[in-house]
Amino acid sequence: MLDGLDVTVPEGTFAAVVGPSGCGKSTLTRLVAGLMAPDEGEVWLHGERVKGPRNTVGMAFQNPVLLEWRTILDNVILPLEIVAPRMPRKDREARAMELLEMVGLVGFENKRPSELSGGMRQRASLCRSLVHKPDVLIMDEPFGALDAFTREDLWQTMRDLRAAEPFTAVLITHDLRESVFLGDQVIVLSGRPARTQYVMDVDLPADRNLDVLFTAKAADMLHVLRDQIKIAQGREVTTDVQ
Amino acid sequence: MFSKIATPIIAIIIFLGLWELLVWANGWPNFKMASPSDLPPAFWKYKELFLEMGWQTLWRTVVGLFLAVIVGTAIGMIIGFSRIARDALYPLLIGFNAIPKATLVPVISLLFIGQHDFNTILMAFMISFFPIAVSVGIGLSTLEPEYRDILRALGASKATIFWKIALPKTLPEFFGALKVSATLAFIGTNLVEIVSPHGRGLGALFKSGETNGDYPLMFAVLIALAFLGIVLYYAVIFLERIFAGWADREAG
Repeated sequence: MLDGLDVTVPEGTFAAVVGPSGCGKSTLTRLVAGLMAPDEGEVWLHGERVKGPRNTVGMAFQNPVLLEWRTILDNVILPLEIVAPRMPRKDREARAMELLEMVGLVGFENKRPSELSGGMRQRASLCRSLVHKPDVLIMDEPFGALDAFTREDLWQTMRDLRAAEPFTAVLITHDLRESVFLGDQVIVLSGRPARTQYVMDVDLPADRNLDVLFTAKAADMLHVLRDQIKIAQGREVTTDVQ
Repeated sequence: MFSKIATPIIAIIIFLGLWELLVWANGWPNFKMASPSDLPPAFWKYKELFLEMGWQTLWRTVVGLFLAVIVGTAIGMIIGFSRIARDALYPLLIGFNAIPKATLVPVISLLFIGQHDFNTILMAFMISFFPIAVSVGIGLSTLEPEYRDILRALGASKATIFWKIALPKTLPEFFGALKVSATLAFIGTNLVEIVSPHGRGLGALFKSGETNGDYPLMFAVLIALAFLGIVLYYAVIFLERIFAGWADREAG
């Protein structure tokens, strides 16, 4: 699936990984999370080799995978039950509410997941993946199933969450605009077996807002990325960039 | 709320009316087919027997069903978690379930002679554990990997994942199967009660009605069984509301 893949994400930065369908991006998340062991090679996180799952990692998926039998608040608390079993219930709730407030879900904490919209569920899911203050957040297309406007809202939520509590982030995505808006660097993977084909440093201000996507600079970056994806898909590049 | 109670009662009254009409229109005598109006006198005549035998049947059925829940859940967990166990056990389970349980009555009555309570409970159990085992097994084996991963990525143990995720997620399927099993268990109890000599319970009362040509009694027994079946079914629904009420979504 993955072969000759060499990716380095500096601590505290946001790496967006893009690549053609089926190139093994999800496998990458499972390797970093320690859910899967590499056949060859090594994964290092914060100076430690990954040998198995670790509770300093948070994960978010395309499907919010909220537990239907729990309220939103209890869903967000779930990781704390594993990571901090001795933490008093009151403190857990306070921590969860702090995050729910940041993503604008106050007032919905006692609802069931089925009572929320897709975007709200994904917000709750992000809270859950951050509630235990992980060093690294791994996201596998978390905004992929949302409509375009909701998705843009969530990009901004993501940006605000990172500003409030810094963490290293790896985001798998199919959306180039998303990768440029959120990423400090964008990593393009080639088709199977996936290798690092191209790395772009996103030279945009840290506190960027959506308008930045409509600048010439962003358009150039998107253009370069688009061509890199075409190369990764094994297609010919017809446009001439730089 | 009113219509929730009134609708089934009206349906039952219509059913009894049609039954009465059928017997009356054909002019069937008592010894051919009892009509609903024959039943209250039959109940009244044997009221102590009905209470005693009904209780016998009910407690044995409930104990058998309880065993089916424990063993069925255990088997379901084994086939849900282990691929090898699933491949090994499925043909055996399906084969066993395909055997008509009536043919096993002589076998178990010979194996455990005179143990009427035990035999009855055993049969109720054997006939009702299969749906539970299969549904728990399917519920566990079809658990989406992402659900497991949200806890596994944090280093949670298998037991924790089972208690916090797999088990609650399987509950709606479990209760679906339990509704089927609750009614099946009555069939198991009565099979033994009817077939074994000197049996007890409603099945034995049915048998004695048959021996004496007392048709109203036989039909009264069937109605009593139906009544117990409905009671147990609603008891299961009550438990389902408590433990898996979250799966019940409001319409619309």
